[in-house]
Amino acid sequence: MKTLSKVFIALVFVIMYAPLAVLILFSFNSSKSTGVFSEFSFRWYAELFSSPETFLALRNTLILAASSAAIATVIGTGAAIGINAMKNKYVKGAISSVTNIPMMNPDIVTGISMMLLFVFIGGLLSVTEVLSFWTMLIAHVTFNLPYVILSVMPKFRQMDKHLPEAAMDLGCTPLQAFFKVELHSILPGIITGAVMAFTLSLDDFVISYFTAGSSFQTLPLMIYSMTKKEVTPDMYALSTIIIVTILALLILSNVLGAKGDKKATR
Amino acid sequence: MKQRSFMARICASPHIVWAIIFIVAPLLFVAYYAFTDQNGRFTFSNIAELSAHWETFLLSVCFSLIATAICLLIGYPLAYAISKAPAKRRSMLITLLMIPMWMNLLIRTYSLMAILDDGGFLNSLLGSIGIPEFHIVGTSGAVIFGMVYDFLPYMVMPIHSVLTKMDDRLSEAAFDLGCNRLEALLKVTLPMSLPGIISGVTMVFVPSISTFYISQKLGGGTIFLIGDTIEMQFQNPATYNVGAAISLVMMILILISVAVMNHFSEDSDDDGGIIL
Amino acid sequence: MERRSITVNSDFYCKIPLKVFFSFSKNVFVEKTSPSFIFMFDKEFGMNKNKSTDAASAHGDGTVIRIKSISKEFNGEQVLSEISLDIHDNEFVTLLGPSGCGKTTMLRIIAGFETPDKGDVYFGGQRINDLPPYKRELNTVFQKYALFPHLNVYENVAFGLRLRKKQDKLTEREIADRVKETLSLVNLSGFERRNVERLSGGQQQRVAIARALVNHPKVLLLDEPLSALDLKLRKDMQAELKNIQLKTGITFIFVTHDQEEALSMSDTVVVMAEGRIQQVGTPTDIYNEPINAFVADFIGESNIIDGVMLEDFSVRFAGHTFVCVDKGFKKNQRVDVVVRPEDVDVVAVDKGMVVGTVTSVVFKGVHYEMIVDIDNFKWMIQTTDYVSPGATVGLYIEPDAIHIMERSEYSGRFGDYSSFSDELDRLSNPDEEDGDEDGKDSSDDNQ
Repeated sequence: MKTLSKVFIALVFVIMYAPLAVLILFSFNSSKSTGVFSEFSFRWYAELFSSPETFLALRNTLILAASSAAIATVIGTGAAIGINAMKNKYVKGAISSVTNIPMMNPDIVTGISMMLLFVFIGGLLSVTEVLSFWTMLIAHVTFNLPYVILSVMPKFRQMDKHLPEAAMDLGCTPLQAFFKVELHSILPGIITGAVMAFTLSLDDFVISYFTAGSSFQTLPLMIYSMTKKEVTPDMYALSTIIIVTILALLILSNVLGAKGDKKATR
Repeated sequence: MKQRSFMARICASPHIVWAIIFIVAPLLFVAYYAFTDQNGRFTFSNIAELSAHWETFLLSVCFSLIATAICLLIGYPLAYAISKAPAKRRSMLITLLMIPMWMNLLIRTYSLMAILDDGGFLNSLLGSIGIPEFHIVGTSGAVIFGMVYDFLPYMVMPIHSVLTKMDDRLSEAAFDLGCNRLEALLKVTLPMSLPGIISGVTMVFVPSISTFYISQKLGGGTIFLIGDTIEMQFQNPATYNVGAAISLVMMILILISVAVMNHFSEDSDDDGGIIL
Repeated sequence: MERRSITVNSDFYCKIPLKVFFSFSKNVFVEKTSPSFIFMFDKEFGMNKNKSTDAASAHGDGTVIRIKSISKEFNGEQVLSEISLDIHDNEFVTLLGPSGCGKTTMLRIIAGFETPDKGDVYFGGQRINDLPPYKRELNTVFQKYALFPHLNVYENVAFGLRLRKKQDKLTEREIADRVKETLSLVNLSGFERRNVERLSGGQQQRVAIARALVNHPKVLLLDEPLSALDLKLRKDMQAELKNIQLKTGITFIFVTHDQEEALSMSDTVVVMAEGRIQQVGTPTDIYNEPINAFVADFIGESNIIDGVMLEDFSVRFAGHTFVCVDKGFKKNQRVDVVVRPEDVDVVAVDKGMVVGTVTSVVFKGVHYEMIVDIDNFKWMIQTTDYVSPGATVGLYIEPDAIHIMERSEYSGRFGDYSSFSDELDRLSNPDEEDGDEDGKDSSDDNQ
């Protein structure tokens, strides 16, 4: 029984990681083949970095991820504060249901629904190229919001509800009580939410695909267009870089999170 | 004190405005486009045109149901085995499980294709030991395998989180009352992990039925799912209305099935912890 | 209603069974802090003289907080109805009652976290209904301490001072001195740099007290501050809190459901039930002269029997006419008679005033607790002599052990031990429903 379950776990993980490992391996292949590994080389990386398109896409992706995460974190934290203070169960329920729609809906529906909105508004304003960085930013903020709210809300529930009262009892105005006391308690949730929003935005393809114009390309969009054409291993190289980056981000957020937890229990 | 809670509630207003403009309004636009023609006139013709796509609908539903079932069959034992592992190994396994969830779906799907493709890694590996090359990409099996491969972690995570929260003494109590291992699993553990199963099923079924990338890559251009159909309609402004109609029907189908499934689990745990 | 109990008749103290008072106090004070115990005892007398003279107390007589006919409703449920109470300088007042009696709500109204629907709160003569909590010159020790987890002990205690730094022209030096002084008052010197979440329950409790006291409030509000501590620690903290109150002279308003805690610490006990004040008085007052069946039952153990007041000093109950010390009732008036279990002597059948059958005997350490059936009414009796169950015994009751009360809405609801068991006796053991009140108070803000 014990061995059986160990073998089972190992098998699943091997299958899960094998393709990624193969992909990383062949990104260092000197030949074009994806079947036979001939020689170790950085050829595809060199090729990748020689094209200015890659850097542009990388820059775009980071700008989009950072700005959408920042906006979503601010709006989402505000929303969590507000929803937490609401007493009416039904209003609260209605707001959270609407908020969660982008999480429940298939990405493709979220993507096309926003695209239709933008196209319609563009038509009204007779703007020809309505899909741009700004439409992508709005779309990314929208699908990031529920994740920020969902990571901040539980922190309010975990917080001793008497903390803000204690602060006011000692002379804080409500605003001071929030910044001096409550904010510290929900900060881990805000950070988690921000990191999550950043990563999701970095990673998103489907929603970007429908809301992006031709003027603004991100890495996932670039990967998509690369795989549409005949595939060259520079796409492997790009994927490897993204895999390593995301891995680093995950490890970083875990380390930060663990530190936060330690602090909280000390 | 009243003033304070009023101030706090004001903080939610940007979000509420945002949600109305960018969540609710777009969905209304989907409905609007679905029921109008290119010139903005009301029509049922888009909905009528759906009948041309019923086979695609059926195929998508079948594929995603099969993929969901396989995910459940693999995911539940996996979640169970992980939840029974010693704490330290458990957290490592969970991290390993979570990493693919954060990897770009395109890359994961693509890497799978790189392995399975004709002349890919698997075939050349098999060829080197004398097994003749065979065709994988382009079959239904490849598409379903792709769905399972991409979405399996979404099944395991919620089930695992329910199983670890469950009190071990419950199954001990079941043993104490005369259940054997299997009975304890069927009568206590399984029913109690239902909320996790339901949220896992939702999280696999919804992206499976709406995917277009997996079928494009692993279907080898021969298998056409509903996601592909929608994506195709939106390549050309002339067919936006039909695309909207298909999306609307798909969304309603999904919402109904999610609502029905959630009906079975009273415990709607709105934990954000499932994702990270 | 509560006025009546404040007015104490002069010969009352002559008949205090001292052992009763000691039995509640000795655990706490005698060993560790006997001087203050004696002081407290002195004060007890002093306070009462004071109160009986200023029955028509106006402001300026040492009243710090005056509560005038306050009512409060939560979601259609009346939590407080028409509460009036005066709280004096240097007084240790305890709001005592079972879960859901409104005591915590009352404290929160005084602190400013809730606004009364009706009525007024005065602080030092000023109406403070609309004054927000951060402008009130009082501080609160919260039930689960509510220490700020991101600050260390020093910063927690200095929190209030830092906020008033500008206004009070405090230097960092003065803040440090005051924090140090307050920490030593609560025996936490040397803990300044500690993380509050790594302290024990008792230490956290002290930090919470220090954090409130360092601001030199006129009034300190304490919301069941000891309920999270284990029994031994609770006893120590009771003594310490009482000491701190005596040293600082700050008015303490203390909320608890623990009657023993209330009796052993307070100058004045306010017994509450169902959103109303039942009785206000000194601990001895409340114990020996309960005003109705609820108070008699809630404070200590009581046999509460239906009786008829035949004339002054003569009451009939349990089929026998007893001599008592009460007077002033109408002839043949129906009354509630209270007899404490420790005041009944078990004697031979022929020497007894009434005769009953022992139905159960439980050994409690100091004494045996037995249930005696007299005409189908089950009495609880505490005695040091063992009697076997089933035996027939005579009971003898001294005149001053009999306390007569007017009948009230609580008549007949308490004081019969026919269904008595430790588990079922929830009203005198409300710890078991500890969570209830918490849930009620928070129900409005966590929905």
